[in-house]
Amino acid sequence: MNDSLFLPRDALQTLIEQLKSDGFRVIGPCVHDDTIQYRDLADSATLPFGWTDDQAPGNYRLTQVDSPRAFAWATGAQALKPYLFKPRETLWRAQRDAAGKLTFSSEQIEDQPLAFIGVRACDIAALKLHDKHFLDGVKDSNYAARRAGLFIVAVHCAYPADTCFCASTGDGPAAADGFDLALNELEDGYLVEVGSERGKAIAARLPLAAASSDLQHQGAQAVAEAAKRQHRQLPSGNLQKPLFERLHHPRWDQVAARCLSCGNCTSVCPTCFCNAQIDAPALGGEVTEHLREWDSCFTEGHSYLHGFMVRPETGHRYRQWLTHKLGSWHEQYGRSGCVGCGRCITWCPVGIDLTEEANVLCNSAAGESPQ
Amino acid sequence: MNAYLPREAEVVERIEESPNTFTLQLKLTDDAPYSFEPGQFNMLYLYGVGEVPISIVAEADKERVLTHTIRALGRVTNGLAALRKGDRIGLRGPYGHGWPMRAAEGRDVVIVTGGLGCAPSVSIIHHILEHRERYGHLSILQGVKHTDDLIWREQYDRWEAMPDVRVLLAADIGSPDWRGHVGLVTALFDKLTLEPRKTIAMLCGPEIMMHASADLLHTRGIPADAIYLSMERNMQCGIGHCGHCQIGSQFVCRDGPVFVWPQVRELLGVRGY
Ligand SMILES: Cc1cc2nc3c(=O)[nH]c(=O)nc-3n(C[C@H](O)[C@H](O)[C@H](O)COP(=O)(O)OP(=O)(O)OC[C@H]3O[C@@H](n4cnc5c(N)ncnc54)[C@H](O)[C@@H]3O)c2cc1C
Ligand code: SF4
Ligand code: SF4
Ligand code: FES
Repeated sequence: MNDSLFLPRDALQTLIEQLKSDGFRVIGPCVHDDTIQYRDLADSATLPFGWTDDQAPGNYRLTQVDSPRAFAWATGAQALKPYLFKPRETLWRAQRDAAGKLTFSSEQIEDQPLAFIGVRACDIAALKLHDKHFLDGVKDSNYAARRAGLFIVAVHCAYPADTCFCASTGDGPAAADGFDLALNELEDGYLVEVGSERGKAIAARLPLAAASSDLQHQGAQAVAEAAKRQHRQLPSGNLQKPLFERLHHPRWDQVAARCLSCGNCTSVCPTCFCNAQIDAPALGGEVTEHLREWDSCFTEGHSYLHGFMVRPETGHRYRQWLTHKLGSWHEQYGRSGCVGCGRCITWCPVGIDLTEEANVLCNSAAGESPQ
Repeated sequence: MNAYLPREAEVVERIEESPNTFTLQLKLTDDAPYSFEPGQFNMLYLYGVGEVPISIVAEADKERVLTHTIRALGRVTNGLAALRKGDRIGLRGPYGHGWPMRAAEGRDVVIVTGGLGCAPSVSIIHHILEHRERYGHLSILQGVKHTDDLIWREQYDRWEAMPDVRVLLAADIGSPDWRGHVGLVTALFDKLTLEPRKTIAMLCGPEIMMHASADLLHTRGIPADAIYLSMERNMQCGIGHCGHCQIGSQFVCRDGPVFVWPQVRELLGVRGY
């Protein structure tokens, strides 16, 4: 790590200004609706200085503490997902003239590049997975357009929540790559790492000083302790085989009895990508928008096929979600679909914990094989 | 380039096949190239309503006419059913992997279909008859629920009259004029004289039918990797983005809809996948 540079805390404002002067729309964490959310940053004062969170299965609370820090909390409900893969967006429009002729046109994507401040390692890992999904093979042009200019200022995580387990998935708490700049927050300011040429160009315009070896030691210590504080973990390795060998395990019924099929876990998950398409015709009838919206494998329509559902029961849906996320992803994307952010545990209204479910399943005897 | 953007197609012909099944012949109105393989599908878009995956029945001829046979079942397909000659729709594709027509060369082919599964498999028959010298004996086994559900009766008669073609029909529920078997399509396997090692099987229809058929054909000596089936799942995008069509690690739209049996064997018949 070349974290030998030091940025005083009050220079965060300079960072934001430099990004804006380079044409970026700057987005960062802000307290909004009693949660920490990514929103447009007017200036550095909007950052959540002195806020910390308390997360547990089915629980999220923000509190104010006497601290000068801006990043003393773990991830909120959102990752970068809503900005790159929008909850609802127009894919194209169709126009019909008086003779019935149809003309199809793409929706113009806003072209101001996005810069995110305060991105955690887990969310960078999730972004890389979405890159594989939306950019390898057939490209998703909307995602590609927004992804192209993305500038990332990462923050190494020193305050993992009770629900976090990125150390066990290998995705955090420190951001290893995939950023332009990375910050390590200390009591008086930030250790700064440069991760790209663009990052270097911005860093050259910041009031950076050399970091003493003492500060560097403090930074490394904070990250190591953050990893140690995490107590949840997934069973190690590729879970595809163990999970698919247990498709008829009684545990699925037990979790189904608690699960509300609400889909919260899939909305907050930074790697979930399911979506549905709908048409929204204008009243006049001569133009219609073709939209896509986030969807979830927990909804009824997800598996609908003329008159029947492939997954009529909650148990089928939870099993689909977990066996996909932790199992089939390996074959599809070369790794697990879970980056250890813990959001699905925090935001599940009944506190279902995927690490617990995966551990119970994988550590019990394989059931009879699927018939 | 927006991969979701449909192209415009004009209905050049509409043929009523049965009370709820119709065929649309569509002509692309642009002059960009289009070609497909038997077993692939298009996403057909009805203005203001939505898109659905529909298999391509016939080879696109020089006039760039694509044939789709559709059963009216819901919102989009009922809307498509109301189209008339000259109407315009959206079309994008072709998508997915089709039937293994290359691997089938020099071999006997058994086609087993159920219900409207005959639509995606008619493209196989057309292809084989058009390149007759490349393929061996052709057996067409088609099952329907009611005898009335059988579309293309004359076509089956025509095929049956051809050399080296066998047509066997079954209906779960018979009727006085029914010359075929009464019962499940799988019962027709007893009437087949198979040379299992030089046979390739292609199945299309309800999943339980394909599940049972694959097992039975395998028991009769057809190797697992010579059995292919066309799967159906809810589809929104057709290009591997929406997540709806997954069966385990397979995206039906991208890795299928035609799979070699071992790819889906484990999960075939498991409720929930
Ligand atoms: C690869 C493939 C090839 C197909 N080929 C044909 C064909 O040649 N002829 C034919 O008649 N039918 C075919 N189907 C089935 C056809 O796509 C559905 O009957 C159709 O989507 C029903 O849409 P609907 O809006 O009329 O019905 P609704 O019941 O109103 O369905 C609403 C939505 O659910 C989804 N949906 C429902 N059923 C299916 C389904 N079976 N497959 C995928 N998505 C579905 C669609 O997004 C649809 O818009 C094929 C399906 C697949 C997956
Ligand atoms: S499955 Fe849960 S912990 Fe894993 S990435 Fe998704 S939301 Fe985070
Ligand atoms: S696991 Fe929890 S968040 Fe996910 S659908 Fe079930 S109840 Fe909702
Ligand atoms: S139809 Fe969308 S992923 Fe297959």
